[in-house]
Amino acid sequence: MAVETKHKCNVGLTGNSAVAYAMKQINPDVVAAYPITPSTTVMEEFSSYVADGAVDTELVTVESEHSAMSACIGAAAAGARVMTATSSQGLALMWEMLYIAAGMRLPIVMACVNRALSAPLNIHCDHSDSMGARDSGWIQLYSETVQEAYDNIIQAVRIAEHEDVLLPVMVCLDGFITSHSIENLCLIDNDKVKGFVGEYKPNQPSLLDVEHPATYGAVALPDSYIEARRQQSEAMKLAKDVITDVGKAFEKVSGRSYGLMEKYRMDDAEVAMVILSSAAGTSKVAVDEMRKRGAKAGLIKPRVFRPFPYLEIGEALKNIKAVAVLDRADSYSSFGGPLFTEIRSGLYEFDKRPKIIGRVFGLGGRDYGVHDALAVFEELLRIKDTGKVDKLFDYITVRE
Amino acid sequence: MATLKELTGKKELFSGGHRLCSGCGIPPIVRLILRSTDCPVVVTTATGCLEVGTSIYPYTSWRTPWIHSAFENAAATISGVETAYRALKKRNKLPVNKDIKFVAFGGDGGTYDIGLQALSGALERGHSFLYVCYDNGAYMNTGIQRSSSTPFGANTTTSPAGDVIQGKQEFRKDLTKIVIAHNVPYAAQASPHHWKDLNNKAQKALSTNGPTFLNVISPCPLGWYTKPEESIESAKLAVDTCFWPLYEVENGILKVNYKPKEKKPVIEWIKIQGRFKHILKPENKWMIEKFQDRVDNEWERLLSLDGKQV
Ligand SMILES: Cc1ncc(C[n+]2csc(CCOP(=O)(O)OP(=O)(O)O)c2C)c(N)n1
Repeated sequence: MAVETKHKCNVGLTGNSAVAYAMKQINPDVVAAYPITPSTTVMEEFSSYVADGAVDTELVTVESEHSAMSACIGAAAAGARVMTATSSQGLALMWEMLYIAAGMRLPIVMACVNRALSAPLNIHCDHSDSMGARDSGWIQLYSETVQEAYDNIIQAVRIAEHEDVLLPVMVCLDGFITSHSIENLCLIDNDKVKGFVGEYKPNQPSLLDVEHPATYGAVALPDSYIEARRQQSEAMKLAKDVITDVGKAFEKVSGRSYGLMEKYRMDDAEVAMVILSSAAGTSKVAVDEMRKRGAKAGLIKPRVFRPFPYLEIGEALKNIKAVAVLDRADSYSSFGGPLFTEIRSGLYEFDKRPKIIGRVFGLGGRDYGVHDALAVFEELLRIKDTGKVDKLFDYITVRE
Repeated sequence: MATLKELTGKKELFSGGHRLCSGCGIPPIVRLILRSTDCPVVVTTATGCLEVGTSIYPYTSWRTPWIHSAFENAAATISGVETAYRALKKRNKLPVNKDIKFVAFGGDGGTYDIGLQALSGALERGHSFLYVCYDNGAYMNTGIQRSSSTPFGANTTTSPAGDVIQGKQEFRKDLTKIVIAHNVPYAAQASPHHWKDLNNKAQKALSTNGPTFLNVISPCPLGWYTKPEESIESAKLAVDTCFWPLYEVENGILKVNYKPKEKKPVIEWIKIQGRFKHILKPENKWMIEKFQDRVDNEWERLLSLDGKQV
């Protein structure tokens, strides 16, 4: 589907159409991808842009996601600006190559349309795919809405390619909930997007620079491996400020501001929920309802999960009395989901810290409604009043 | 075709000082192929002996741009590099008159087995590149495990010659045939002992537009239990016994490039290799017969196709 926009705002698009449209505006040198629900339509729409000459990107329709990321790596090492999209099993199949993309410091941008992992097979949303890749060295941005998915894709290019960073970026949006729902959003003019992402000039000698032959992907023995990893770790640390700066620059062209997280009614909050992506929207309705009922409820929606802004989140939570962290993925530690364990660990830095519980919700696309969020807030109020946590870790939105 | 003098006068893109074993067939294969074009060459290598032996940081044997990313994906990686080349050329970010060649090297494990899907995909998509399989008949880098290219009867660490089972029980996969089934413009089998033939084939492949393929037998003293100084001789014997026929398919026409005047019995090749020691025992004579039958049948089949459209 070709999107023609006369008006910049109130354009109704699905999340995947918005991502594909952002990719069209970026017009990367190379895209290599493989279809998988629910990310497929990103590639279908982008393929139409290629077929219609709306972009002059070289599209590689590879025979697997493993080859998709391998081709992305080859193209990025050859000095091309490279993008792709996937979900679930596709991301899992890429796993080996995710680490290699990051280790080679290649600024690839990927849309990850979040979907549950098998078994049992399920095509609906949860975060087990991207959370499984959290240690792969990719920057991870999570999007609540179609607008955020679109905006994050555009910012991701600049973040990835920043000379202090040079790391691949994964932009996550919720499968079906965001990817296939039509929302009104504001698009940015082509020229502005083009100016914002700028012309790509690789920082390292590319494989096509035959006068300066470079070796990519060497063997590093114990005398050098850890130094390479150390540099990668440092780049991830530096990425935090770069993400913040890019967010500020983005506000200038779009009027929309982005940071490491969104704080919702947190100023005087006593109980708070931390939650990623589309479910944050549902939970904000619950926050408003709790406020109406006289409870001082608030919400934090981390936008950036890698690098993990533990100090900023800790700072925002340290004076809260009771906090619930909701994970749309389990990490099978029997202790809590990935967001929960990292936030709880981050709070250890603070002398004063809240009571905290972890709840896994919404796996495999199970509905998470305002009533579910309200129940969590009610529990937080009980914890605030009694000072007692009954269950540190539990599942909600589940039939027991 | 280049003369030996011309070839040796060319700049060496693969430097000495690498860590491959003495007698390894891979370095002469790589050198000869890289010398077969005057264009700059970008190389990718699958995980394996060639990769590990040439890229231990902070050293590199590659005086030409080189990338290794993983084991099963040399064809996918080079697809990306070659696509970037076309993309950047189209956008005038590279000089339009600059002609660069792309070569992927993989071992038989990285090509016949784990990398077959990526190879098939890249051949079907039609990228312009040369894929070279250096076929030493086992996973040598990890200590001589059987691959689908390991010859029938061979002793490997995962198909050992035991008291009951005498080495690998299956015949090898015919990868060259599989590649030919992709209708690529050029595919061939070659051997390092016949440098002229190999050079000629690499030249043809590298001057062809589209995906091309060379399957090159690569003696491995460690895995074949042969003497390092006998490597080239053992490659020659593989060809003279017709275990490893030299042939090519150019635009669909098959040509047998070398027909030994006197086809040697396969035992001549087998008996110099320690990996076949057990099948020389009298009670395993049936294995040699079975091996010989297979070689004869395959050779007859090939001869019947000589000069024909395949
Ligand atoms: C996905 C994956 N599986 C297994 C390995 C381990 N591995 C590294 S090299 C190799 C064998 C390579 O064999 P081959 O392709 O025949 O090349 P050679 O070692 O003979 O050069 C194996 C099994 C790996 N690196 N990656």
